[in-house]
Amino acid sequence: MTRLKTWICCFWTAGLIIFYAAGWATEASSAEGPQKGTAGAQRVDFERDVLPIFKASCYRCHAGENPRGQLRLDSRTLALKGGVSGPVILPGDGRRSRLVQRIMGLGDEPRMPFQSPPLTPEQINLIITWIDQGARWPDSASVEAKLEKHWAFVAPVRPPLPEVRNKAWVRNPIDNFVLAKLEQQGLNPSPEATKETLIRRLSLDLVGLPPTLEEIDQFVADTSPDAYEKLVERLLSSPHYGERWGRHWLDAARYADTNGFEKDRPRSIWPYRDWVINALNRDMPFDQFTIEQLAGDLLPNPTLEQRIATGFLRNSMLNEEGGVDPEQFRVEGIIDRVDAIGKAFLGLTINCAQCHTHKFDPIQQREYYQFYAFLNSDDEPEIEVPGEDVKKKRAEILEQIAKIEDDLIAKDADLARRMAAWEEEARKYEDKWEVLRETEIFAAFGVKFDKLEDGSFIARGDNSTSNNYIVKARTNLKNITGFRIEFLTDPSLPRSGPGRAPDGRFFFTEFSVEAGPSDRPGAVEKVALSDAVADFALPDYPAKNVIDGDLKTHWSSDAGPGRRNQNRQFVFKTKGPIGFDGGTQLVFQIAQKQDEMINLEGGKPNIGRFRLSVTTAANPQVDALPAAVRQLLYVPARQRTRQQQREIFSYYRTIDPRFAEANKAIDELMKGWPYGATTLALAPRQTPRETRIFKRGDWRRPGEAVTPGVPAALHPLPAGAPPNRLGLARWIVDKNNPLTPRVIVNRIWQQYFGQGLVTTPEDFGTRCERPSHPELLDWLATEFRDNGWSMKRIHRLIVTSATYRQSSRVTPELREADPYNRWLARAPRLRVEAEIVRDIALAASGLLSRKIGGPSVYPPIPDGVLNLGYGKPMAWETSKGEDRHRRAMYTFWKRSVPYPSLSVFDAPNADFSCTRRIRSNTPLQALTTLNDAIFMEAAQALALRVWRDGGADDRARMIYAFRLCTGRRPDETELGELMALLQEQQRYFAGRTAAAVYVSAADLNSIPEDVDLHKVAPWVIVARTLLNLDETITRE
Amino acid sequence: MNYADEIRHEARKLITRRHFFKECGIGLGAIALASLLNEKLAAAPQGTRGANPLAPRQPHFPARARQVIYLFQAGAPSQLDLFDYKPELVKYNGKPVPQELVKDINYAFIRPDAGLYASELKFAKYGQSGAELSEAMPHLAEVVDEIAIIRSMVTDAINHAPGQIFMNTGSVQFGRPSMGAWVTYGLGSESQDLPGFVVLSSAGGTSGGASNWGCGFLPTVYQGVPFRRTGDPILALSNPRGITRQMQRQTLDTLKKLNEHHLALTGDEEIATRINSFELAYRMQESAPELMDISRESKETLAMYGAEPGKASYANNCLLARRLIERGVRFVQLFHEAWDHHSEVAKGVRAQCRQTDQATAALVRDLKQRGLLDSTIVIWGGEFGRTPMVESNPDAGRSLGRDHHNKAFTMWVAGGGFKPGITIGRTDDLGFNVVEDRVHVHDLHATILRLLGFDHEKLTYRFQGRDFRLTDVHGVVVEKLLA
Repeated sequence: MTRLKTWICCFWTAGLIIFYAAGWATEASSAEGPQKGTAGAQRVDFERDVLPIFKASCYRCHAGENPRGQLRLDSRTLALKGGVSGPVILPGDGRRSRLVQRIMGLGDEPRMPFQSPPLTPEQINLIITWIDQGARWPDSASVEAKLEKHWAFVAPVRPPLPEVRNKAWVRNPIDNFVLAKLEQQGLNPSPEATKETLIRRLSLDLVGLPPTLEEIDQFVADTSPDAYEKLVERLLSSPHYGERWGRHWLDAARYADTNGFEKDRPRSIWPYRDWVINALNRDMPFDQFTIEQLAGDLLPNPTLEQRIATGFLRNSMLNEEGGVDPEQFRVEGIIDRVDAIGKAFLGLTINCAQCHTHKFDPIQQREYYQFYAFLNSDDEPEIEVPGEDVKKKRAEILEQIAKIEDDLIAKDADLARRMAAWEEEARKYEDKWEVLRETEIFAAFGVKFDKLEDGSFIARGDNSTSNNYIVKARTNLKNITGFRIEFLTDPSLPRSGPGRAPDGRFFFTEFSVEAGPSDRPGAVEKVALSDAVADFALPDYPAKNVIDGDLKTHWSSDAGPGRRNQNRQFVFKTKGPIGFDGGTQLVFQIAQKQDEMINLEGGKPNIGRFRLSVTTAANPQVDALPAAVRQLLYVPARQRTRQQQREIFSYYRTIDPRFAEANKAIDELMKGWPYGATTLALAPRQTPRETRIFKRGDWRRPGEAVTPGVPAALHPLPAGAPPNRLGLARWIVDKNNPLTPRVIVNRIWQQYFGQGLVTTPEDFGTRCERPSHPELLDWLATEFRDNGWSMKRIHRLIVTSATYRQSSRVTPELREADPYNRWLARAPRLRVEAEIVRDIALAASGLLSRKIGGPSVYPPIPDGVLNLGYGKPMAWETSKGEDRHRRAMYTFWKRSVPYPSLSVFDAPNADFSCTRRIRSNTPLQALTTLNDAIFMEAAQALALRVWRDGGADDRARMIYAFRLCTGRRPDETELGELMALLQEQQRYFAGRTAAAVYVSAADLNSIPEDVDLHKVAPWVIVARTLLNLDETITRE
Repeated sequence: MNYADEIRHEARKLITRRHFFKECGIGLGAIALASLLNEKLAAAPQGTRGANPLAPRQPHFPARARQVIYLFQAGAPSQLDLFDYKPELVKYNGKPVPQELVKDINYAFIRPDAGLYASELKFAKYGQSGAELSEAMPHLAEVVDEIAIIRSMVTDAINHAPGQIFMNTGSVQFGRPSMGAWVTYGLGSESQDLPGFVVLSSAGGTSGGASNWGCGFLPTVYQGVPFRRTGDPILALSNPRGITRQMQRQTLDTLKKLNEHHLALTGDEEIATRINSFELAYRMQESAPELMDISRESKETLAMYGAEPGKASYANNCLLARRLIERGVRFVQLFHEAWDHHSEVAKGVRAQCRQTDQATAALVRDLKQRGLLDSTIVIWGGEFGRTPMVESNPDAGRSLGRDHHNKAFTMWVAGGGFKPGITIGRTDDLGFNVVEDRVHVHDLHATILRLLGFDHEKLTYRFQGRDFRLTDVHGVVVEKLLA
């Protein structure tokens, strides 16, 4: 045996030498043609030499169905076709074959076999030689196989309706598909649920609220044949439909009210949430719904609503922790957007291809970055969404100002002459400034900057500390006589800036500059400045405050409401000319720190965007004119429109002392200038950013540049689609898209039946389980896609099916036959979602406010919860009035401290897109519904309601209370148990006034006086019990 | 007195009493009925088939450790002032850092040309093992032979929130399960009436927030339950005002009967689970206040930790950690967010050690004395380390501080099969880079899982078509650390 092994070894060693030689020969002679190269080498036999290597080292992943990287090495045809990355075997050219490069570990990708011992040089050479010799592969050693395209990557075709035996049961085509499967399994559908159950089920499903007792009675009494359909229509047209189904979409959109990460500051993006609710209520076609969210701003003349819709993409988190690199977290934001689009629209784990080509699905790493490139060229403005009241008030103020101005113009005969003289003077201004471009910038504290093409800087990141910016610059100018700093507005700044305070203001404390020859780094001396002039100053904050060397005095940009958000500039004159032969280095210090810095909630008044210039002009000048006015001055007077002329006058009057009184009146008016809410949106960047592949997904390792594109395994971009977000959106809703229509109907289905036809709604890739009802999925998808993408149409279809209307009772036989209810021989029982758990309690007790939309609200939060967030706990001013009892979906959502009673019922954190909620069942949930303040308030309110309105005796009241919670009448057993509890409590509370008040009064300072609390208190215990019933928080 | 007057009168009295209750901290736990203490939980209803997700489970191979206490020193303690003594830094104190070291590094706050900064603290060798520690930790010095010091930690992140998320979940991206969640998922919980994964905190709130103890895509039951510092440890633990323990029992009895009745009608096992949840909640109302009541500990024990009943502190949390471990809780994580010393690092490190050193050492000693250390892993460390360079910035009011540094830092581990009394890893002369026995966060995770009985590559959860694990696609068990 040993001798035999030795002999083989010798043989192989000898062979190896030959093979190596053969390898070299190939390279030398490859020009002569692929087949000739290995003429001298021993013939490699596939079955004898190569197949055993493949079997031992490759087939674990690269054989059979669903091979990794779509590469099969057990079938000749498919092996030669290659995998996700294209062909891997080039017959005649072993060394250039990707297969060989991967087993040799060349290039940037991991060596194959992945995470296993590498092949031996002998084995590698056998494979090289086999390929060099033409990769001959006898049919006998090849599996008969075609690599079928994964079903989800082929566009759905409308399937025919299957035949069923029990035709009478079928109400619409959904039932054909479901029943056909049931009949195949020998299962029978369950009987229809009771009318009481049906109306509660429909109401919870379509609007997320339980039906009122009147609604139940009405429906039960309605014996008309279309009673059910009428109910469906009523609920589908309820404005609460948009809330209920909007909430699902908001999970996928990872909507939250804060930025996330350590600072986790509040953000205002609720207008996007309201946009979703409205769009669903209007049944906006899903293609339009998609296009507006991904590219509303790129549509021709986009409306404000369409721009708000782009908030979908802005829901990414933002890291404002001190010292972060903003670029890193901008990149992470884009990665998050790719992930969200992948999950919400495509059901594709495209994010798996961020670091390497997707392990299972046909998405190459390059394709990931091509997808990323669609999303990589945007600005991120905060836009104003003024409400009607704001618009009206503004119009009034403008009208009043116009009247005052009309009056000034009408009564001033000398005006034309004075203005002409002023204009002539103003036109003399020459811009002799040179923007400093060779610059480096640091912040004293944590902030980092983007440098824009115009030479300006925008501060990004942490804004919780007042700051000092230091700019190092180099210039070849000599005889420098002045410096200019321009503070510029930008859509990404709060209220467009130029400052970073929430209203866009900023303070400027000290300015200094040092200069020295540029060939001696660090050798700089302070430049003496003779004057500082600004184009604006408040009386108490003169421009000279910034060169007085006193950190206690500053200049303020706060020109008041409606005026503070405009460009400003400062000019500093040097005492003598500055400049060195061979270039000058300059070090600017721009301090924004002072002892009496006001504390604005939500950010310090630091500078947002600015740039620096120098001049050699004899007399450096400030240009006090706003750029828009200056432009108009160069339009010849006769060609100006009335409007333009008025604009010039509106500026001119502010500098003409004769109008002082009118100016004062106008200033007073402007103090009342109102602001609207804001929201986060997207806008295309003027110059697109270059996108590069990040090696191993690491943003610090950019590789090859890529342009926007879609994965080749899916349908192509539609003809004429632009290579931007709009093109991407059109591609997603293109008729040829195999994924989106399936993914959306599957998610809708999932909400009704507890699980999707595909159980992984976020992943339709090759690793997902086969759908339970593939034909039904395709039928619904085509129904959706080919009939105007109407979501309400799909809802209507589902809820009017016999499948949906079944009872949810689980018989022992059904449990045995289909424990997970995949075949739908019954309706599922589902614990309602976090928000609805609370909404049901509030609705039953009568506390619920049904107001729709608006800023998020602050219901009571337990003490100490906010301390878990970083730093000073955020101000949580508990909402008063109806906002205390709004639907739970309006609760302010702080990512680092999610609202406990929602989080405990599995509300997603909103850190990333979520298309499937977990449904857990835990003791902490029990504690919440038993003891949480809001649930106790609900029990107290329900008790009062029952006592006041529940009927003449305890039995009637008990039935009333039970119905308010469960929507049905209790049976005698239930009634008996509850009455026993009530009587027990009545005995206890009789004569115990303190205990009764304590239990039954929500607010000890406002005790209801029309009722006897001794009588109400026992009902609080009963109400609390009913609100905690499994059935109360379950949709039967 | 007529009814209305009587009611108003009582309400006024109650407002006063409520104030008393609230301010004086007399909660339900203290007045719970003794007769209910030993109440047995009724047997689970028939037909309960769904497996309890928290039932204890066996790992892949025999485990050295069964429980974990993770003392997370958030904010990133300075290893150079605690564990990693660098005499060379004294020599180069104040000199600019060599440029080749900081090339291409983007620091959070300091400039790339910052000067080197030697520790102001004195170092000495302690214990049989001769481990080198700074003077700031006299108590740890006494138990240093029980711990394994890793001076060669490295991590990927350099900002607090991502750093903490990475240390706790193995990913800088949000949404992955935390270590505590993985361990509870893998092993279940031994505790019948407390959560399997408990989070305690002292000092500031953490940068990473709830994601530090989140369950990511794992089922919610594996999420860490943060105990509050004051009042009820668990949210909504106490009954609402006026609801007595007896009323709660009566309510639960009725609920149980009605739910069982409905279970019989519908056949849905989920109802059985809910009945159990309510009973467990009821027991938790007993056991959690009892757990939190450290006044029953001996005077010696309280003194050893420096714990004071009724006060929220790191010391109390260390003692609570031991009590939780005794009660079978699988994973206890303390967060002490106080180490971000961008300024006056020497002073800051001393101050934090005064607050934590005694209790940390006491915990190790106490676990040892009670025979719990063998089966309990103790982990001590922050999210990254701090620079050998000084952070100084008059504008920000900072001087003699250190910035964030992820290329070398120190953590220590003890118990549960870690080799006691060793120090592994070495950094270069300036303490900048690791030069020996580099331990990446993934490696530490892999090692901890190994001691708990897991092959870290096999403790997985399928999500989005991929088998996720705590160690992502990395992690090598650090054999040197194993006893």
